This record gives sequence, C-alpha cells and structure tokens, in this order.
Amino acid sequence: MPDAPGLELIAQEINDAHEGAILGTYHERGQACLISDPDQILEVLTWLRETPGQEYHFLASVHGVDYLPAEPRFGVHYELLNMRRVERVRVRAALPDPGGDQLPELDSCVELFPTANHQEREVYDFFGIVFRGHPDLRRILMPEDYVGWPQRRDFPVGGEPVAFTVHERDAAWYEHE
Amino acid sequence: MEVVRREKLRAAAPLEQPKSREELRVRQLRARDLLRGDLEGDELQEHVEDSVLTTTLDKVLNWGRANAMFPATFGLACCAIEMMSIVSPRYDIARFGAEAMRASPRQADFIILSGRVSIKMAPVVRRIYDQMLEPKWAISMGACSSSGGMFANYAVVQGADKFMPVDMHVPGCPPRPEALLYGFNKLQKKILGHPDPGWRRRYNAEGTEEWARGADLATPEEREAYERAREAAAAAMPMSTRSSSGPGA
Amino acid sequence: MSETVAHSETLERTDEDPVGKHAIERTEAVGPDGDLEQELMTINMGPHHPATHGVLRLMLSLQGEVVRELKPVMGYVHTGIEKSCETKSYWKVIPFVERMDYLSYFFQMQAFCGAVEQLLELEVPRRANWLRTMHLELNRIHSHLVWLGTSALDLGAMSMFFYCFRDRDRILDLFEMSSGQRMHTRYFQVGGVMEDIPTDFGARVLDFCDEMPSRVDQFEAILNKNEIFLQRTKDVGIVPRERLLELGVTGPLLRAAGEPWDLRKVSPYAAYEEMDFAIPVGTVGDGYDRYRVRAAEIRESVKIIRQCVEGLPEGPYISDDRKVCLPPRDELSTSMEALIHHFKLVTEGFRVPPGEIYNPVESPRGELGCFLLADGSAKPARVHFRDPSFVNLQSLREMCVGGYIADLIQNLAMLDPILGGIDR
Repeated sequence: MPDAPGLELIAQEINDAHEGAILGTYHERGQACLISDPDQILEVLTWLRETPGQEYHFLASVHGVDYLPAEPRFGVHYELLNMRRVERVRVRAALPDPGGDQLPELDSCVELFPTANHQEREVYDFFGIVFRGHPDLRRILMPEDYVGWPQRRDFPVGGEPVAFTVHERDAAWYEHE
Repeated sequence: MEVVRREKLRAAAPLEQPKSREELRVRQLRARDLLRGDLEGDELQEHVEDSVLTTTLDKVLNWGRANAMFPATFGLACCAIEMMSIVSPRYDIARFGAEAMRASPRQADFIILSGRVSIKMAPVVRRIYDQMLEPKWAISMGACSSSGGMFANYAVVQGADKFMPVDMHVPGCPPRPEALLYGFNKLQKKILGHPDPGWRRRYNAEGTEEWARGADLATPEEREAYERAREAAAAAMPMSTRSSSGPGA
Repeated sequence: MSETVAHSETLERTDEDPVGKHAIERTEAVGPDGDLEQELMTINMGPHHPATHGVLRLMLSLQGEVVRELKPVMGYVHTGIEKSCETKSYWKVIPFVERMDYLSYFFQMQAFCGAVEQLLELEVPRRANWLRTMHLELNRIHSHLVWLGTSALDLGAMSMFFYCFRDRDRILDLFEMSSGQRMHTRYFQVGGVMEDIPTDFGARVLDFCDEMPSRVDQFEAILNKNEIFLQRTKDVGIVPRERLLELGVTGPLLRAAGEPWDLRKVSPYAAYEEMDFAIPVGTVGDGYDRYRVRAAEIRESVKIIRQCVEGLPEGPYISDDRKVCLPPRDELSTSMEALIHHFKLVTEGFRVPPGEIYNPVESPRGELGCFLLADGSAKPARVHFRDPSFVNLQSLREMCVGGYIADLIQNLAMLDPILGGIDR
C-alpha cells in the first residue's frame, strides 16, 4: 500500500490534474483510501490507471456500502491493485441519496475495467445505484422483477417468524420474532 | 396369503445337494408327480408352499419401487457435495439400488433437494417436481431445504415444503452421508408400507402432546378426531412394532 | 391427364428419399443461398443441469453446434448472506460466510477472521497461524479433488469421480478429527483457531501426505495421456493473459495463462512466509493447462502441509486477549474477570472499533477478498466478499463464443465455478 504521505501526494496530484476530485483521504491499519467526488470518479480511476508511476491496472472489486445514517449515504468502493509493486489503493465514490424515488447515479467504468461489468450490476441490484453507460444494467442475483434494494440498511432482513406453540394463544403471535 | 417366511421354506425344501441317490430319486418322482397332477390335497399344498413365494401385488410393487429408486440429482448448494459423496465408494448408495442418478426428472423416482432454495429457484424446483412421473417422493436434505436453515432472510424460502410435498426431512448442515442414507432407508421403509413409528409410540409417550391452544380450548370434536386418528394409525401398524408395554416396563 | 402427371410427380419424389427431402425443404431457411446453418437457435441450459456445476443458467445462441452468444443468468442460490451478517455478532458471522463458496470454507473463514483481526489489531499466535495454514492447504486439496472428480465426470472419465471422492473422504476424516465436522467446520476463530488439534493428528496428516503424491500420480496417469481428454482440452478455451487481467480473473485460470500471481507469495498471510513451495504456472492457458496447474497445486499443497506438521510450533492456539477470545474454562471457576469476559463475549460479543478493511486471500479459485465495515458495535455494518468465481465467470463468454457446445462444457468445467460463491 502507498504509505500515508505517499497517499497524500497522490491525492494532491489528482487534485492538481482534476480540480476537486479527491474530497479526502484516510490511511488506517495499513490500507490507503481516497474519497472521490462521484461526478469525477472516471477521471480519478483513469488517472490512477494511466499515470506512469501509479499504473493500477487491476480492479479487484467494485462493491457498494450503505453508510446510513452517515452522509453521504452510499459509497461505491473500487479496490485497485498494482501487480508489479503489489500495492492496493481503495477509491470510494461518496454518493449522496437523492431522496424520494430517485436513484443515485454514477458513471460506469466498464470501458476502463471490463471486470466491473457483473460487479456494477450487483451494486445496482442491491443498492439501486444506476451506472450511466453500463451496457446491460439489470438485476443479476435477485429475480428480474424484484422490487426493492435488499442490501440497503433500511431494507428489512426478511424471513418469517417461527411459530412456537406457546405463542399461539396470543392473537399477535407473529410479532414475537 | 401371508408371505412365507424364509426359514420355513428352507427347512421344507433345502437347497443343499441331496444326501443320497435315493433322496434325489424321491425328489425327481415328486416333481414328476406334481407335473402330472398326481399330487393332491395336502401334499400338493405343501409342495407349492415349499417352492413358491406368495404375496400381494401391492407388496411386490412396493418392494420393486423401494429397492430400485432413481434419484434425481438436484444439487443446489453445500449439501450437494455430501450428496455426491453418497455415490462415492465409502458410503455407497449403490448397495441400496439408487446409484443411477438421473439428470432428467422424467426418469427419476425421487428428488433429493440438497441445498438452500432461494426465491429465484423455487419455481424451477416446483417445475422439476411436477415433471416427475408418479409415484414420486421427495427428500429434503439439510436444514436449509427443510426449514430455511440458518438463513432466515428475504432470499431463502423457509422450507421446501412451503411449495411442494416433502416425504422425508434429513436434518444437518450438511447432514453426514450416513445421515442421508439413514433418511433414504427410512423412505424405503415408508414405501414398503411399514414406516418407522413416530417417537411418541416408540417411547410410549402418547398423551404427552401439547395442544397449541391449550387442551381446555380444544373442542370435543377435535379431541375425538385425534383419538380416532391415533387408533387408525395403531391398527395399521404391523404387530411386531406394537408394544403394549413401553421400554423397561 | 392431370392426375397422371400429379401421380408421376409424387412417384418421382418417392424415388428419392421423400422424408429427407421434405425435411430439408421444410427447414430450408433464411439465407439467400439456403444454407441450413444460418439460423440462430437460442436455447437455455440450466439451472437444473448435470454439468453446470451448480445452479447456473446459460442462455446460448447456437448456430448449428457453434456457440455464437452466451449470457449467464445467476442468482438461483442467492442466500442473502451478506445482509444476514449485518444482524449477527462477529462470531456468528463466521458460519454464515463459511457457506458462501461451499468447497473452500476455510478460506472464507480466513478472509473474515483476518479482516476482523486487522481491525482489532489483534496478533494471532504462531501456532494458530501454522494450524490455519495446514487446514487451508488441506482445504485447497479437497477443493481441487472435488473439482477434478466432477470435471472428469463431465468430460466422460467417470472413474476419476470415484477415485477423487475416495481421497476427499480421507481429508474430511482429518477435518473431523480436528473440529468434529466434515464440512463447514467453523474451526477458525477470531484470534486463532477454535481448539487445539488432538495428539495424533500430526501423524495422520503425515500419513495422508505420504500417500497423496502417489495418488496424484495415478490421476495424472489416467488423464495426462488420455487421447480423449487431450483432444477435448488442448487448445480449447484460450483467452489471452491481458484479457484475463482486464476481466479481473485470478487464481489457477490466470496462472495457467502464464501470469505467476499468487497472493500466498506476493502478500503472504497466516504462515505462508515461512513455507517453502512453488507456484505452478502454465503457458498456453487452455483447458489442459488449467488441469495441469491444479494438479500441480495439489502436490505443492502436500509439501506445505508436511512442512506445517513437521515444524508446528508450540504455544497457544488462540490469542490471549480476553476482550476478544474466550478464557480457558478452568479459569472460569477461579477468576471473576474471566467469568465476566466469558459472559460478555457469549452474550453480546466483542466490539470492533470503527473502520473499513479489505482482506484478500488466495482461495482455490482465485482472490477471495473480504470487505468489512465496522461501526463500533458488536455487529458488522457491512460484510462483502469479492468472490473469485463471480468475477471469473465473466471470462466464460470469451472462452466459449466461437467454439462448439461440447467445448462449452469443458470450459465451464475448467473454469471451476462454485455457484454458492457467485450468488452468495
């Protein structure tokens, strides 16, 4: 991993190249993370991939996180890896929740990293984050006609209450679980 | 007619070589007499009983079905690996006649639902089950297909018997191959017509049932219906498993 | 007159194979030159299929026997594990994440426990690391044996299935010795392992290590020079290395294509730094190379296990941080603090300070990463697994398009997808 001052240097250089792209950094427990402005995520990823000296060519994972109740609510994490130097850096696109029925949007990085195809579909499936420019954005693991974004924090876990014989006397036994 | 017990048959018509030439001659003459129609009455009866096994068609069919079952492989998740290992040499389901796992449901007798049934897969499972031809049975292997297992969430159907009839539930996560074989043997006994008695009968614990809504709240009709059902089940049991005195009494 | 003409026409037709000609006329299709093979047929393979290694549904567009387009549909065993984990304390998450990729359960435990330990900045004792490494490598052999058995079964070599499962049962006996369960053992604990191994475990493992290389020799004797196997796997399903890297493929697939990338060597965890082993790397990247790489990995794993047993250090098998690990039972009757710690750990669980971590390990299928977000409570706020099969599946399309449908079966077998990991 780039160490803390190295990380600050990277953040500085990206901000020089693209104004306001990096909103913050943090370096804890040996792992480096850049927090990026969601509208400039493609520029950040391209910079990290193309710049000689950085060259994070391998995207290990794209996943979404719901930080509710912290703001901005959603984070889409890109785990980048440089295989030559064995260095990992994480880029978090901090997406706010637009509220109401609107879905948060982010640019898709499928052209940059083809591995993000299925992974962005998974983020869409579970969080409802729409990736602009994705060739085939539809649900991947849930049934195609499912309603709801399961891995959001305000989505209930589900399941059924277990019916114990002791509880059947109460009229409201199903609320026991 | 009763199924002739094997020991009586062997005593009357031994398989060993005849002990002497005279005995061989006696056997030959008896066979010739039988064919000619010379054996009459009791002698004929005895000879027939010695050489012929009599039973009912139902029992023969059940015997055939139970001992030559084709499982439909329905490996969903982790239990599928343990299901594959019952075909392996150590646990060998072939000795029970069931190693020919048919991929097509049309050719299969019973389906082993091994693994968690997710909500996306449930209609597919039901369709496969419907495609199977009668008679068909279903073993729900593992905790997930019996009752949802540890996954009490939005994505897993809480038990395959929510949408299809299941004959045998095998608990475990995953059940050992021996456990699955035990469940399979129990299913075979069920098919043969003498299912294992439930634990209340076996441990003489009848009368210990809990009433869901309190015994005082059950209507007399319900209680009577239960009595009648219990008596009918007791009458259907073969004599040997019925015991008037419990263990150690 | 007209009837005679009609009659003679019919007669003429029956002279030349009427059924065949009518059939051709009926299906003579779309193209201007009437070429039969111009029709694209879309068929559906799975999710219930003996050769899809789980409940994978493939929508294929076929032109004759040639695959023109392939779309995988997943989610048929999606279990919502990641969501369920958010409602369970950290210890209770371990059996959940075990059941994702159900052939490499120790690796999921290692990824998760490693992530929690990094967040807690907890040091795992040396003996625990060595025990973990031993079990991880045993699990790797187990996974490769199941893969080999089922893949050879798909390709027609049925006896391999029985041989591989027989040897797999020996490994499961070892797991049963150390943890009591054959599969999904829940042996790793945050801070080390659940309990120490029995006294003759080492001897049994060494017996296994003595026998396994000759078994692999026998497997290779069956398959390496088998004409049918060679014809089905050689030069089939080749994807160039750069394309594999773009698609995010890791594990034996990438190593078969020539990239020597293995997390056990480049960023070692557990006790891999102290082990002496090699990484098999292929050249061409076809199905045959993938098979050879995995068979060679079994041999290397045997070497690692032998080193683990012979050099197993003495010491505690779990960390002695009482805030995270249970105190030994004999302390409970004498020490008040031990009782309180035990009570707190068992009822509520330990709390992890807020933070995020991504912990990758090298599973038999590739890079298995655990992303953990802790919010300071006793339950994780987000657990996500970067599953290798999920990402590797994206390369299936490139392997199969343009090839025959029989090669599709072979490609799917050599890809080694585990649907539990893909669907989670």
